[in-house]
Amino acid sequence: MSFLLGEQMTGGYGAADILHDCSIGVEKGEIAVIVGPNGAGKSTAMKAVFGMLPLRKGRVLFDGDDVTQLKPEERVVKGMGFVPQTHNVFTSMTVEENLEMGAFIRTDSISDSIAQVYDLFPILKEKRKQPAGELSGGQRQQVAVGRALMTHPKVLMLDEPTAGVSPIVMDELFDRIIEIARLDVAILMVEQNAKQALEIADKGYVLVQGHNRFTDTGEALLANPEVRKAFLGG
Amino acid sequence: MTDFLNALTLLGNFLIIPGLTYGSQLALGALGVTLVYGVLRFSNFGHGETMAFGAMVTILVTWGLQSVGISIQPLPTALLAIPVGIAVTVLLTLLLDRFVYRYHRERKANPVIFLIVSIGVMFFLGGLIRFIIGPGDQIFFDGTRFILKAREFKQLTGLDEGLSLKMTQAVTIVTAVMIVAAMFWFLNHTRTGKSMRAYSDNENLALLSGINPDRVVMITWILVAALATIAGTLYGLDKSFKPFVYMQLLLPIFASAIVGGVGNPIGAIAGGYVIAFSELILTFAYKKVVLYLGPESMEVESLVQFLGTDYKIAVSFIILVIVLIIKPTGLFSGKTI
Repeated sequence: MSFLLGEQMTGGYGAADILHDCSIGVEKGEIAVIVGPNGAGKSTAMKAVFGMLPLRKGRVLFDGDDVTQLKPEERVVKGMGFVPQTHNVFTSMTVEENLEMGAFIRTDSISDSIAQVYDLFPILKEKRKQPAGELSGGQRQQVAVGRALMTHPKVLMLDEPTAGVSPIVMDELFDRIIEIARLDVAILMVEQNAKQALEIADKGYVLVQGHNRFTDTGEALLANPEVRKAFLGG
Repeated sequence: MTDFLNALTLLGNFLIIPGLTYGSQLALGALGVTLVYGVLRFSNFGHGETMAFGAMVTILVTWGLQSVGISIQPLPTALLAIPVGIAVTVLLTLLLDRFVYRYHRERKANPVIFLIVSIGVMFFLGGLIRFIIGPGDQIFFDGTRFILKAREFKQLTGLDEGLSLKMTQAVTIVTAVMIVAAMFWFLNHTRTGKSMRAYSDNENLALLSGINPDRVVMITWILVAALATIAGTLYGLDKSFKPFVYMQLLLPIFASAIVGGVGNPIGAIAGGYVIAFSELILTFAYKKVVLYLGPESMEVESLVQFLGTDYKIAVSFIILVIVLIIKPTGLFSGKTI
């Protein structure tokens, strides 16, 4: 039984289902990556795990509890953090205010957590008084991840964290994500840059049209000739 | 030199002080409109009537206080009655939200539907107000009328022109400055204020951060009711309270909010003064100023006025149209309507 598990999830936004018996899971301290072609339902699977998509069938288990019926904001309180793909920072608010808002549900002192985020992303400390909307794409992603970390989530879900950033920034972001996983946080992310993402993944899920097509360790998927040919460009 | 000082006094008396007063009233009104737009995401056409309602309650309480002989000379008694006016208006906005707006919010209705609903609320409130207090002019000002009289100023300085400062003008400007300062402190330095800004900035992310939308909406209505009551009462003190006037105030108030950038509080304040001064500068008769500053032999036949005072309301309308065509986000980059 995984620490976080979306089990046999079936559902969609309207009448037609997007996900079909799709299962996704991740362990504490591990990185799980969802890859697949455009329209495979990667982001949808992620949203389903987080409760942003009504499920017709299947369930979501987190830390031994069934959380299928919980709203996204209730899952945040339980210890799940989510970084959306777009609109993931408060653009008109400063970096520091973004982090404060991330910790909104907490009633204890948050200065330690802010310092921790600044240790992880030193550039944010420099820019802490600047509105997040004025930062570069990579820095914004750091703010977005930092905001989600403020609640000390046990699982962090990232929807394409490297979308639209340069390869150098992408490598750096992946390094940071590995660091976060070392803090015993479970990380589940959707990635377009499949090859690089699978390199750091403990577990990989290849989705095609809402079905689980391949599920294996990142290494094994990278070595699988079928996966290489169809999804990783040879 | 004397001529120059006379011209300056003239402008101060008829342009600058009235402009600051009127601008402060518009700024407070626009701040309420902008808060509703920023947080609840619709143009609240009921805001003018909310101001009238708050002013009405304040007037009723003022009369009550006056009848039992309570006063705070030299300040107007209405200032004492404002907290009650705010409390009742808060109750009204919360009830309206519970029974009118919430239904549409839960259905995620289009902003246009909200706008039309708010027009309905406007007519309802207008009727309610006229039903309670009648359509006529109500005078509720008491206390000292002038802080500085024109005659005293003339004696003091020896100038031909007088500068007067009415109590209502001073009260309006001072109150507006205090309220605006308190408002910005609240929005920028308190957890609740920040959560309102966060909700206004990005509703989904605010939800993901655990910010309770119901609470944000409630606090917004409380602030809006307070701002509306204060703005309405100050306007009524300065001019006089007449229910229909508040409906006409809606245009300059919306113009202020949009010129400054709707959804942006700083913009609403700046917009209020921009609209107020534009109205006054364009409709002011400069004849005497020209006489003071021009050569002695000069004769001036006309009033030297850009626009007749009848066109006052047209000024805000024209500015509104120009801003919407040239820079729809307003001076301080608010949201586009």
